[in-house]
Amino acid sequence: MLKIGVLGLQGAIEEHIRSIEATGAEGIIIKKKEQLDEVDGLILPGGESTTMRRLIDQYDFFEALVSFGERGKPIFGTCAGLILLANDIVGQDDAHLKLMNMKVQRNAFGRQKDSFEAKLDIKGVAEQFEAVFIRAPYIAEVGNDVEVLATYNDSIVAAKQGSLLCSSFHPELTDDHRLTAYFVNMVEQSKQEVVS
Amino acid sequence: MSNLGTDRVKRGMAEMQKGGVIMDVVNAEQAKIAEDAGAVAVMALERVPSDIRAAGGVARMADPTIVEEVMNAVSIPVMAKARIGHIVEARVLEAMGVDYIDESEVLTPADEEYHLLKNEYTVPFVCGCRNIGEAARRIGEGASMLRTKGEPGTGNIVEAVRHMREVQTQIRQLVHMSKDEVMTFARDHGAPYEVLLDIKERGRLPVVNFAAGGVATPADAALMMQLGADGVFVGSGIFKSDNPANFAKSIVEATTHYQDYELIGKVSKGMGTAMKGLEIGTIAPEQRMQDRGW
Repeated sequence: MLKIGVLGLQGAIEEHIRSIEATGAEGIIIKKKEQLDEVDGLILPGGESTTMRRLIDQYDFFEALVSFGERGKPIFGTCAGLILLANDIVGQDDAHLKLMNMKVQRNAFGRQKDSFEAKLDIKGVAEQFEAVFIRAPYIAEVGNDVEVLATYNDSIVAAKQGSLLCSSFHPELTDDHRLTAYFVNMVEQSKQEVVS
Repeated sequence: MSNLGTDRVKRGMAEMQKGGVIMDVVNAEQAKIAEDAGAVAVMALERVPSDIRAAGGVARMADPTIVEEVMNAVSIPVMAKARIGHIVEARVLEAMGVDYIDESEVLTPADEEYHLLKNEYTVPFVCGCRNIGEAARRIGEGASMLRTKGEPGTGNIVEAVRHMREVQTQIRQLVHMSKDEVMTFARDHGAPYEVLLDIKERGRLPVVNFAAGGVATPADAALMMQLGADGVFVGSGIFKSDNPANFAKSIVEATTHYQDYELIGKVSKGMGTAMKGLEIGTIAPEQRMQDRGW
């Protein structure tokens, strides 16, 4: 069975596990970096990106996560996870894992009272997807190698670069598991490529 | 087309805080210390609960200047407290763009009969509870997040433990009950029937439940996580200790790794002195904050 990890430092962890399991794969909460060797793909969940980054540094996860991504193992970042993946963050001198060639804007739609739900078409994944945006970031700029999968009011809210996937919204908060299933499929393909 | 302030958006905001620590702060400087220590949110207040207790008198919503100062200082979410039933304080905080409102017994209630009808607001609310009846009533009114009441400002974990255990025990009772017993359970606990059915079906509360009211050390925070809390509020515990930055960091670590006793031991070493704390029995009944609201 495919094993998909969810970085378990802080945030909506169990919701992602539920969503992974709904697609038929096995979900594993990753609390120690050694556990990364056990999984075929990884989800960086929503939460507070500054908090997660602190805990990533504290538990020496940083290099392990970068290397996981650089080895071509699939990673899916949602909301705070998207921020962690980006090369560049508007208004900040430094970014986090710098795996995806894009610039992100934090809290781009405003504060919590501006948080919203909307139906989105996600290219090659789903039409009329129920997307929940919570103090969400958006992607301000992407490099040539990044494919835009969805926009909301002309802002980029989902993208893919090789084995890396990200969304500004929270697919784990609804019963619509199509985006998670899409990621699980990416993991499956990447695993087959390694075998062959 | 987009929808603001839906249940999913409001409850989801609290889901993102899970496994984290929310810290009481009274100015921008404390807010930055909290953010640097890894807090997932801060609660902007005029005074921390232990100072409110010591000062006596009527405790109200913080001066908006303080709330604004904190909002400008950090990028993590900012919460603020409104008095129980104080519609205008809540609306003012909402208008200011506060990310979460705590309808809190730490402040002097504005209404001894009615809590706010929270589902009419776009901003989400967190409320205190001591048992499943109180939890279900608050959910019925539209609270998107719960926390134990504990006994705020005491640095004594005993009441938070009592409240968390009570809620967990009653959820287990409800889950194992046959469906025809639920209405009587609703009557006995003064709890809305539909909310109880929802809890029964999910096997858990439909919203996140944090621990609050008396957390003073990393071990206290980890204890509450073990008892089933989704995260921890620390009020007076951090900025009333003699080394706030250290305390804040250690409490965050203990919350993340609440079953790693070696680590909790390590972060508790030479941390400085915790806040002094109060024995609950020495608090006059009318001074008990947990009895405010119903």
